Amino acid sequence: MATVEELKLRIRELENELIKCKQQRSQENLQNPVLRAKIDKMSAEVVDSNPYSRLMALKRMGIVEDYEKIRSFAVAVVGVGGVGSVTAEMLTRCGIGKLLLFDYDKVELANMNRLFFQPHQAGLSKVEAAEHTLRNINPDVIFETHNYNITTMDNFTHFMDRISNGGLQEGKCVDLVLSCVDNFEARMAINTACNELGQTWMESGVSENAVSGHIQLIIPGQTACFACAPPLVVAANIDEKTLKKDGVCAASLPTTMGVVAGILVQNVLKYLLGFGTVSFYLGYNAMQDFFPTMAMKANPQCDDRHCRRQQEEYIKKEAERPKQEVAEEEEEVVHEENDWGIELVSEITAAELQDASGPKPDLPEGITVAYTIPNKDGEINSGETLEETDQSLEELMAHMKKL
Amino acid sequence: MADEATRKIVSQIPLLKTNSGPRDKELWVQRLREEYLSLIKYVENNKAADNDWFRLESNKEGTRWFGKCWYIHELLKYEFDMEFDIPVTYPATAPEVAIPELDGKTAKMYRGGKICLTDHFKPLWARNVPKFGLAHLMALGLGPWLAVEIPDLIAKGIIQHKEQQGS
Repeated sequence: MATVEELKLRIRELENELIKCKQQRSQENLQNPVLRAKIDKMSAEVVDSNPYSRLMALKRMGIVEDYEKIRSFAVAVVGVGGVGSVTAEMLTRCGIGKLLLFDYDKVELANMNRLFFQPHQAGLSKVEAAEHTLRNINPDVIFETHNYNITTMDNFTHFMDRISNGGLQEGKCVDLVLSCVDNFEARMAINTACNELGQTWMESGVSENAVSGHIQLIIPGQTACFACAPPLVVAANIDEKTLKKDGVCAASLPTTMGVVAGILVQNVLKYLLGFGTVSFYLGYNAMQDFFPTMAMKANPQCDDRHCRRQQEEYIKKEAERPKQEVAEEEEEVVHEENDWGIELVSEITAAELQDASGPKPDLPEGITVAYTIPNKDGEINSGETLEETDQSLEELMAHMKKL
Repeated sequence: MADEATRKIVSQIPLLKTNSGPRDKELWVQRLREEYLSLIKYVENNKAADNDWFRLESNKEGTRWFGKCWYIHELLKYEFDMEFDIPVTYPATAPEVAIPELDGKTAKMYRGGKICLTDHFKPLWARNVPKFGLAHLMALGLGPWLAVEIPDLIAKGIIQHKEQQGS
């Protein structure tokens, strides 16, 4: 038989346990907060509970004419890494209609110097982890995720299909494709797809030394595509000789990536909602805090035949269009660009100085090309061209195997 | 572009003619034949120079390649499996060669064991589209990478010779 003292002690123990349980539960609630209900129509009402009040205020202030329109757009984000994840989060918070996310990678602890992903997500696919977080932030957005590498044959076909049919209404094309990938191959794959489909897209990038970046608007046939010129780079004014690359492939900073994601989504909002001036190319040099801008026309000799086809169609369409102020305005943009103090690079001295093997496009100060390509006829032949044989592919494969 | 020895080796690899990728159907078969011819010639050249260092084969469509490469260091042979996909944009962009078993062992690699090529490789490839093929990728991409990375990995004790490891 327990004494009263013993029972009192037991009560205290149980009370303590209850407190612990309560604390645990409130912590769990913090980790899994109650999801808000979906909102049918964006409200401009200024109350604490309205997630769109500050966005709808853009209308009242006369910045954006029709903010609700944002819900009618579908945007594909290719690459959900340092730039893509933040881009997707910004669009989610802005209330975009639909997001299509493409990435084949998994979250790793090595990603934690960048924004968005959290350590407990390590091991999950980036698209899966991102969808989970983003859906919690804004359940009004429709998400579609694809965990694959777009540059391989089968995936590329599927990727093209989703670009042309994955719009807000199934069967319609997406409104914009955003390239947030970190390699040349994937950019070229997006470029190929968008040229074929006539899909407008924006390219973004951060340099491997993490101190420069850029965004670029590509309208097939109208502005330079990714294959029209060698890759453009923002000059960081760092002596290449002092840049040590021993033992590392790439550096990254959350700051540069955040800035690039910010200017990318800003351009997306301006393009989709029709306010301000949409940038064709905007560079970011973090070392000098310099933001070069420019516009580049499509190259009639582009290697991508679909780019050339789009150019022909664009010229035809432009010729058919009645001459309006719009056309003049476009020219004005070119003049405005020149007023910015564009410096033409003398091709002769550039060639002499850099021992370049090909022509360099005229680019404003602060932007250059990663490399040059020699003219087709002036190439240095390094070896003999193949001799034709009668052997079939199967025979050659067998021959190779036997070696 | 590269040292004199590599330059000489590369100049003996036949150049390709057909500018077509895996999405081009019949023209891709033509390109594939050229790839194999060029690779066979390169391997034969290597054998003749007593410098045989890789084997490659592909699936029927020629879109996925796999094989072995090896590196001799202090009379010991270190062998690795390699693999890569032909990107849809080939030959405008070079494939990304991967050595999965070295993934995570060197910083000169991207995820999945894709080797990190030098700053010189991409411009060189871009200037030689469509004449460069997989044999050139081996000679100018994977070969120099192995020559730099493998001795370093051995010196650091990150990779051991397989027979020594077993005994």
